[in-house]
Amino acid sequence: MGKVQKKKSLADKVRKTKTSTEIKNNPFEVKINRKKFEVLGQKIKHDVGLPGVSRSKAIKKRKDTLLKEYKQKNKSNKFIDRRFGEYDTKMAPEDKILQRFAMERQRGHDKKDVYNLNEEEELTHYGQSLAEMEKFTDAGNSDDETEEKGLLSAELTASHFGGGGGLLRKKGPGDQEEEGGQRTKSRQELIEELIQKSKQEKRERQVKKEEAQELTEKLDQEWKSIQALMVKKTPKDADAEKTEEKPKVEEYDMMVRELGFEMKAQPSEKLKTPEELAREETEKLQKLEADRLRRMMGDEGRDSSQHQVHMSADDLNDGFILDKHDKKTLAYEDGKWNIEDESEGGQDEDEAESGEDQETDAEEEEDDDEDGKEESAEEEGEGSIEKEDDDGHSDLDSEEEESENEEENEDDDVVSVPKPKKKSVTKEEQEAAKAELPYTFTAPENYNCLKNLLNCHTPDNQRLIVARMQKSNHPSLAVGNKLKLQNLLGFLLEYVGELATRNPPDLLTVDKLIPELYTLCQMFPEAARQALQSIMGDVAHSMEEVIEVNGHAPFPTLDMLIYLKVIALLFPTSDFRHPVTTPALLFIGQALTKCPVRSLQDLTSGLVLCCLAVEYVSLSKRFLPELINFLFGTLHLAVQDKTSLGYSVVPPFRRSGKHCDLLVVSDSESISSWSRKSLPLSACKHLELEEDRDRDQHRLTCLSTCLDLVKRCCLLYKELTSFTHIFQPIRVLLSKHLSSQTLPDSLQELQSEIVEMISSAPAAHRVLVFDKKKPIPLKLLTPKIVEVLDYGKKRGSSREEREQERLKHKYKKEFKGALREIRKDSRFLAREKLSEVMNRDAERKRKVRELFGSLATQEGEWKALKRRKRK
Amino acid sequence: MAPAKKRNVKPEKSQKGVKTAKMDPNSCVERILESRKHANDVFDLLELLQSEDEKVLISAMSACTTLFCTLLERKELFTGKLHPEDEALIGGFTAEEKCQIFMRHRYNSCVEMLLEQLSHEEFNVKENALCCLIKCATAQGRHPLEDLDWSEHYSFPRELIQAVVENLVSKTTDNSLLISRFQQFLEMEDLRFYVMSSIRESVGQVMEKNKGALMPVYQNNVFTLMTNINMPSQESELTSFMVQQEAKHNDWKAAKLTEHKRVFERMWLGFLKYKLPSNMYKKILVILHDSILPHMSKPTLMIDFLTAAYDVGGAISLLALNGLFILIHQHNLEYPDFYQKLYNLLEPSVFHVKYRARFFHLANIFLSSSHLPVYLVAAFAKRLARLALTAPPTALLIVLPFIYNLIRRHPACRVLIHRPSAERELIKDPYLMDEEDPAMCHALDSSLWELKTLQNHYHPDVAKAAMLINTPLSGQEDDINEVLEITTHEMMERDLKHSQKKSVPLEFETATQLLKGGGNVLGQHFCLN
Repeated sequence: MGKVQKKKSLADKVRKTKTSTEIKNNPFEVKINRKKFEVLGQKIKHDVGLPGVSRSKAIKKRKDTLLKEYKQKNKSNKFIDRRFGEYDTKMAPEDKILQRFAMERQRGHDKKDVYNLNEEEELTHYGQSLAEMEKFTDAGNSDDETEEKGLLSAELTASHFGGGGGLLRKKGPGDQEEEGGQRTKSRQELIEELIQKSKQEKRERQVKKEEAQELTEKLDQEWKSIQALMVKKTPKDADAEKTEEKPKVEEYDMMVRELGFEMKAQPSEKLKTPEELAREETEKLQKLEADRLRRMMGDEGRDSSQHQVHMSADDLNDGFILDKHDKKTLAYEDGKWNIEDESEGGQDEDEAESGEDQETDAEEEEDDDEDGKEESAEEEGEGSIEKEDDDGHSDLDSEEEESENEEENEDDDVVSVPKPKKKSVTKEEQEAAKAELPYTFTAPENYNCLKNLLNCHTPDNQRLIVARMQKSNHPSLAVGNKLKLQNLLGFLLEYVGELATRNPPDLLTVDKLIPELYTLCQMFPEAARQALQSIMGDVAHSMEEVIEVNGHAPFPTLDMLIYLKVIALLFPTSDFRHPVTTPALLFIGQALTKCPVRSLQDLTSGLVLCCLAVEYVSLSKRFLPELINFLFGTLHLAVQDKTSLGYSVVPPFRRSGKHCDLLVVSDSESISSWSRKSLPLSACKHLELEEDRDRDQHRLTCLSTCLDLVKRCCLLYKELTSFTHIFQPIRVLLSKHLSSQTLPDSLQELQSEIVEMISSAPAAHRVLVFDKKKPIPLKLLTPKIVEVLDYGKKRGSSREEREQERLKHKYKKEFKGALREIRKDSRFLAREKLSEVMNRDAERKRKVRELFGSLATQEGEWKALKRRKRK
Repeated sequence: MAPAKKRNVKPEKSQKGVKTAKMDPNSCVERILESRKHANDVFDLLELLQSEDEKVLISAMSACTTLFCTLLERKELFTGKLHPEDEALIGGFTAEEKCQIFMRHRYNSCVEMLLEQLSHEEFNVKENALCCLIKCATAQGRHPLEDLDWSEHYSFPRELIQAVVENLVSKTTDNSLLISRFQQFLEMEDLRFYVMSSIRESVGQVMEKNKGALMPVYQNNVFTLMTNINMPSQESELTSFMVQQEAKHNDWKAAKLTEHKRVFERMWLGFLKYKLPSNMYKKILVILHDSILPHMSKPTLMIDFLTAAYDVGGAISLLALNGLFILIHQHNLEYPDFYQKLYNLLEPSVFHVKYRARFFHLANIFLSSSHLPVYLVAAFAKRLARLALTAPPTALLIVLPFIYNLIRRHPACRVLIHRPSAERELIKDPYLMDEEDPAMCHALDSSLWELKTLQNHYHPDVAKAAMLINTPLSGQEDDINEVLEITTHEMMERDLKHSQKKSVPLEFETATQLLKGGGNVLGQHFCLN
């Protein structure tokens, strides 16, 4: 043992002298932990071990701690070094020395001070101790540099031009060297500090700049406001303003300033060519259409911004919808998109699309000032309806412009596009009518207010009033306006309902109010949804109650029909699921199944519903069984001979009974005299048909409507797989029963057309199979990165469990480590003890041997003496 | 008898009657009960029973009831065979007996008048009369007026009850209100027992007299009365009796449940024997399965009625299904061609009738058997699918899962929605809708193209349900019962509440006129004025 230790200690010595790299390169010192397999990119700490080094380290540590303790064991006395910082390992030895030195000096100073005259006085330079300065010589320097100069601080220049940290550090002042171990850290801090500083400076500069700008703007505005006065007062004003900044005001400076404030021609967007505009328009519409189709297919992922998009595509983002129309006018000139060619000049939108004349009318109105209008207005009486129309809406436009002007003067140049001016003949007349109405209206507080306001006006004026109300209460003008307009929307809807319930129904007004409703709805879709949903909910509820009692219900009244139509105008009917149109369609279906036809009036209502239903599904081509049932039932009403049918009728119609001959024409003469004309919508409500002849006319019209709807349905549904089965009963009815009856030629024609269409449809279909499953592709997922705390442990469990596992494992590891350490400690101690014993023994042996030796020499000497004596 | 006498007396007493009319009937009763001297005051009382004034009438009724009930208790009414009054006066009776006979006659006439009042216009009067009559009957039951000479006799005022019942089931007026009042008394077991037998007798007589022709009012009354009878389900429930029989209670028919059931059964059978109005047919069939069949001693006797109803067609057939189901299920009824008939019941109207939910519930049960042949199930599925082309959305929400369930239960039917062998082929639908025999309709060679069509249905829920045939069906059966009762209004409410949060898509096509837009269909056919 002793030998080994000796060797080791020798090795330690050697090691100490050797550098660490040398040790590492010595293959005898290195132990390589061989890995079983390579893992790419894995970093392993313990691939190379230096057992010798670590062992000697451990032994050294034990010697420092354990051995000392062991030696101190059972000893009551203790040596304590009371020198300053002796046991403070954190302190650098240099610091220690310094401090000790300082303390000693102080002590000496304190003692000697009393008797010391002028000997130890501190020397200063600029109020700072020279001694201090000696110690931190260069710190002051660097500080100086950074402090004052801002942009050109030493660090900054150094970092910017000095080529980075290395240089800086090399050149770095002495204090860094003094600090020694903290070198890297201080560098980091330095850089951070530097960054911070520069940022701060930047910010300050920015703030200053902004302030300056603000001030300039303010000045600018003030300047503008007094520009008129300036003509005379300029010098004075300028003086007053500029005395602070510049004592001397020169003509030239003023001129410069003036020029500076003058409106410069700002670069506006390039004027688009008609082609470009048209293309843009079509693109927009294509996008909207694609959106609609997506909703029709029932994809749920709607982007909420959709509504925003088509509201504000051309918008200035100030909420003015009408600007949109302005632009549209241009777009539609081209004529590429012409949905509503036939429209008259009655509406904004129409105006937008229709020919140039009207447009220019409006434009020219824009340019006119108010006064002129009002002057001329009084001269004229009321014009014809059409004129009124024109004038109504052009007025609207001017209104727009006015409010626009009020709001933003600057935008004018940007928005309005130069257009040729052209005086129209009707101008004065238009203006005349305008004068009748005030230009601003407060939004009504409740429904009755609105009603009273609108009641005594012509339809056109009513529309005008609503439009103006809308404009003068635009949400961007005041805070509460949004709510007011939302209320207005609700009231308007109510008003529409009331107009339809009047006797006779005032549908013309309703018609006029539609664009306003549309605009309001575009502004507040949520409010429109709520209003219409509640209306529909109420009607459906009352209908449900009646159905529960009687099993059937009367047809919905005209106002409900109008509402249904309005819904179709305001909301997309083709959506797979829509909060308003889906219930509306359900309502139509319900009405068509649950309302028995008892009179021609009912039948008219039913046909209106059918028309609505066809309109609702015209884009989506969705299947509506109730519609077919009703049309079929209606045709059944026209069959004279109901004995051998060959088909069965679906409720609410009956095979035969009281009202089953409603559509049978009583007089064959009327057939020849019949000519097709549109039915009035009011026929749903009130039908006055005194004479048989009139009744027959009505019947035939109904029949023709019905046949036309059937034809439309055929076209809509001809792609359905069960098309032939759906229309089978209708075919039987038409071909066997109705064709034998005498009907007007046009109807006969329509009928044979339908029959032809049904029978020509392909009857054969591909057999049903499940959709082909797409082959499931290999999952190509980005790897999920989980923090693995210890390898080889199961990872499926929950977080807490894993944590517990980890702790257990750690505990075990620690425990083992501790055990190992303890063992090593005791081994070390044992070795020490042994060596101690050995040393002691050796000493004793040596001493004994010494004694023996001395004794032997003594004996020998004695013996020699004796021998000598003997001799 | 008595009425004649009474009328004889009336003119004499008329002036006096006016006086006494002002008297309190209760004090009058007290006087009569006090001593026999005032016995003649009973005429005043009876006079009051004919009063026009409602209040007087009612108080007189209660007074009469107390009077005669007390007399019955005191046994001061003549018992045994009653002699005519004239005879009694002549015959050799003691004064006591004469008096009793006199009172007994007054009692009879009182009862008669009360019965007459049962057809009074005022409901109050009717109700009071009824209550009084029942009180009398109770008293009479406790103190029988007949001699209990032979042991088999159980005392119960059968004649009185019979008369009450006959007045209740009037031929001219609808007495349903009164009958529902009467229901309360039917809680008493013995009364119910005798009422049931009286109904049977009454129905037999009346209908025979009418030669089985329809008598809507009468039959309606009888029906109301019969439906108001709540049968006990266990023997131990027979507890409340109007008349307690001291001796031989256990042998009494009215105390045995089997007897009750027998009477109940005979009553119903007697009633159903005759021709019924069709709405009553429906009403009976609606309640048949849970309030009639369980209380019959031999439910199989209903077979004739049910099969007849099943053959009627339409809604009545649908309703008869329920009863038939119970008979088939619990009483081993063998019904040939049951499924074929069920198959033929499937018509477009099935989706529109009120009893749709019940029908599909039952059909679901019938078709849940795993022993049905595949062709049959396929025929049902195909026919339902075909009919679905005319159905409203609420019905579609039932039918689609129904069809899916059929296919799930009988995997061989999967060819209806998945026939990979003939994938490329174009075929015409081989299914014959008009074929009555499900075996011959070639449903198995067809595919459910109708469901493919319904994928384009306007309602999103239906369309989604129909989309399921695009992929293999899941193993789990859909629970139909959830959707059975759904109404259009509920669906609409659901839609209205649906997706409140999301922003509402708007129409981008600018609206200009009322009649424009959406293909301009409305504008083409209608104008504003």
